[in-house]
Amino acid sequence: MGRGPRIGVFVCHCGKNIATTVDVPRVVEALARHPGVAYAARHEYMCSDPGQDVVKKAIKDHRLTGVVVAACSPSMHETTFRNAAEEAGLNPYLVEIANIREWCSWVHDGPVTTDKAIRITRAMVEKVKGNHPLEPVEVGHAVKCLVVGGGISGIQAALDIADAGYEVLLVERSPSIGGRMAQLSETFPTLDCSQCILTPKMVEASRHPRIRLLTYSEVESVTGYLGNYHVTIRKKPTYVDPDKCNLCGDCARVCPVRVPSEFDQGLSERAAIYVPFPQAVPSSYTLDEVNCLGLNPLRCSECSKVCTVGAINYDMREERIEEDVGAIVLATGYDLYGKEMMGEYGHGTVPDVIDGLEFERILSAGGPTKGEVRRPSDGKVPKEVVFIQCSGSRDPELHKSYCSKICCMYTAKHALLYRHNVHDGTAYVFYIDIRAGGKEYEEFVVRAMEDERILYLRGKVAKVFRDGDKVVVWGVDTLTGKRIEVAADLVVLAQAMVPSAGTEELARKLHIACGGEGFLKEAHPKLRPLEALTAGIFLAGAAHGPKDIPEAVAQGSGAAAKAIAILASPTLTHSPEVAEVDEDLCSGCAVCVPQCPYGAITPGDVAHVNELLCEGCGTCVAACPSGAMRMKNQTDAQVKRMIQVALGGEPVEVSRG
Amino acid sequence: MAEAPFEPKIVAFLCRWCAGAGADLAGTSRIAYPSNAVPIRVNCSGRVEPEWVMEAFRSGADGVLIGGCHPGDCHYVSGNYKTRRRVYLLRKVLAEMGIEPERVRLEWVSATEGAKYARVMKEFVAELKKLGPLSLERKEKEPTAAPVLPRVGS
Repeated sequence: MGRGPRIGVFVCHCGKNIATTVDVPRVVEALARHPGVAYAARHEYMCSDPGQDVVKKAIKDHRLTGVVVAACSPSMHETTFRNAAEEAGLNPYLVEIANIREWCSWVHDGPVTTDKAIRITRAMVEKVKGNHPLEPVEVGHAVKCLVVGGGISGIQAALDIADAGYEVLLVERSPSIGGRMAQLSETFPTLDCSQCILTPKMVEASRHPRIRLLTYSEVESVTGYLGNYHVTIRKKPTYVDPDKCNLCGDCARVCPVRVPSEFDQGLSERAAIYVPFPQAVPSSYTLDEVNCLGLNPLRCSECSKVCTVGAINYDMREERIEEDVGAIVLATGYDLYGKEMMGEYGHGTVPDVIDGLEFERILSAGGPTKGEVRRPSDGKVPKEVVFIQCSGSRDPELHKSYCSKICCMYTAKHALLYRHNVHDGTAYVFYIDIRAGGKEYEEFVVRAMEDERILYLRGKVAKVFRDGDKVVVWGVDTLTGKRIEVAADLVVLAQAMVPSAGTEELARKLHIACGGEGFLKEAHPKLRPLEALTAGIFLAGAAHGPKDIPEAVAQGSGAAAKAIAILASPTLTHSPEVAEVDEDLCSGCAVCVPQCPYGAITPGDVAHVNELLCEGCGTCVAACPSGAMRMKNQTDAQVKRMIQVALGGEPVEVSRG
Repeated sequence: MAEAPFEPKIVAFLCRWCAGAGADLAGTSRIAYPSNAVPIRVNCSGRVEPEWVMEAFRSGADGVLIGGCHPGDCHYVSGNYKTRRRVYLLRKVLAEMGIEPERVRLEWVSATEGAKYARVMKEFVAELKKLGPLSLERKEKEPTAAPVLPRVGS
């Protein structure tokens, strides 16, 4: 290079966030003396407009060839400063952030903090000295979206994306869309019939010209990257042609098999050929091959004999559907934490100790008792019912540490609906606190407590056990300090919400993270709650954390808006910070090829990197025995200089202050 | 003046998606830990070249930390598995050279594990204090030790 580097260093006080523990003027002073630094300055808030102006002005006035901003994590303001530099005529890839806040000022104290801030910043100056100007790579993208999960959140996302004019693949694992909401009786706080408000949306999704519904299907694999995901979906055979099936139900009547119904939470039975519920979408029977007496060879075939429209086809085979999509919305929903985990409440073995979803089915007009409240063991109308909140939630020692958020509300609803059903019945609710933060939620709980004469008892239940045909509940009312014993007819546990089975496996397929409790993790808990860390993947509904229906719907719409922003952009840009081959050094040994998880490297006389496929991990670079594979703007030479300087290749004068 | 107590020098290579984000979270959560390490961010722990570790030791480091995503969680699918193999071999080579393999530490730290990052740093510093400063000169003079640490790369 003709002339030496002229690096500008800009150190941020971040108000007191950095300046309290880091002596900012000394950092500026030390960096001003660092070789290659042409200008060093500081500012109260570098990210503010005046702060950015300092950077822009210095780039022009001092003809800077690179910029280091010593401030917060690059995940916060790297883009801010790269854009500012570009406005001032400096290539954005000549700008780097030295993280002296999260990695330094916030975690250390004393003079060593300043010393470390100087080392971090100096190392970054060495990196920038070796950086080259780069241009982002323009990429085309698919204009279709994959939505995984056909509950209310996924349905909402699919409808919004399709209404905006884009094709949607809506994948649902079970035979019908509708999700958990389809199982509910009424919804709080309005007591709307759940199915009545849900089924129009289900029908709309199934009829939408731009939504392709893939039920009884699962995502098998996902490859690719933002804008260009290649997905393979496995569609299991239903053995029933949905176009011919007219839902007459003759097949189910003759089927000799009876197994617990998943939709009724095991409170009723279904045949091996079944429709999960009358309003199922698609409206067609499904033959469950696991429980069928045998298809290969055919052992029974009674269903086919009675099907007058010839809808049953035993030769139907599994299909694999491959599609290219630009964005993915994950709305895989929740399960309830298992009753069998609740040792204190009988491990799920005590009859008439049920969970919230089972009670929803009992309350439902279409449920196993046709909406009459009858207990599962003997069908008697229970006269005393105990509802236990926080069952498995807010219990870090034994169960889940988090609050499942919806249980206070649905328990109030359950108790209220029970009282409407059984006028002479008594309802008890054991609670820790009441959390009714939502529009008209508090009023609803107050109504349950005061108008409906439901007995709220503040305290935890210690034990639940069977005594004759009663279920005895031992608890304490912590407000009066009295022990309480109720000989109940039925106990309803408000079990914790957990991510639906398979969430972690799906996350693994998509290379996105789950948080500690297994819920899908967002890119930022406050500012990016709809996005996974991997670009182009969005989160909706209870797969992301406990949520009620309005929140799940809102997040579905929000995720849709994010996906639409990708689908609607003419092109996407791909980072140019990728691997490249020095063809003079490459011997064609192809050691790099199997290192690449994206298949971005083609072997040959010399290796070739497809820069659209390369994600810039650099695993191939580290493996190359001849130093031919290089990472743009993070070469070995750059990193070695960073190491030398970080360790005090040149003395750090302020270190022992 | 009494000699200052030994403070090990550490270089920490942190992947941006997990360990680096975990270190960010330690900061956001204000979890204090010793300041001995200068972190260098890489996209993936798979980018970390064994040569860099050698360079760090030659430049005066007493320890090197490599932080990546948990197995199965690598943002780049499998980079951390490559790292694990490389570190395994590297530690054998270091032992041959008379450098304690414990001076290279590989840790899986997720983006939610700010507290773990801080704990790892505390543990590593304490361990290096026990080992004492790395002195390559001393190793060279010992007849049983490996020959002079070769210059790797350039």
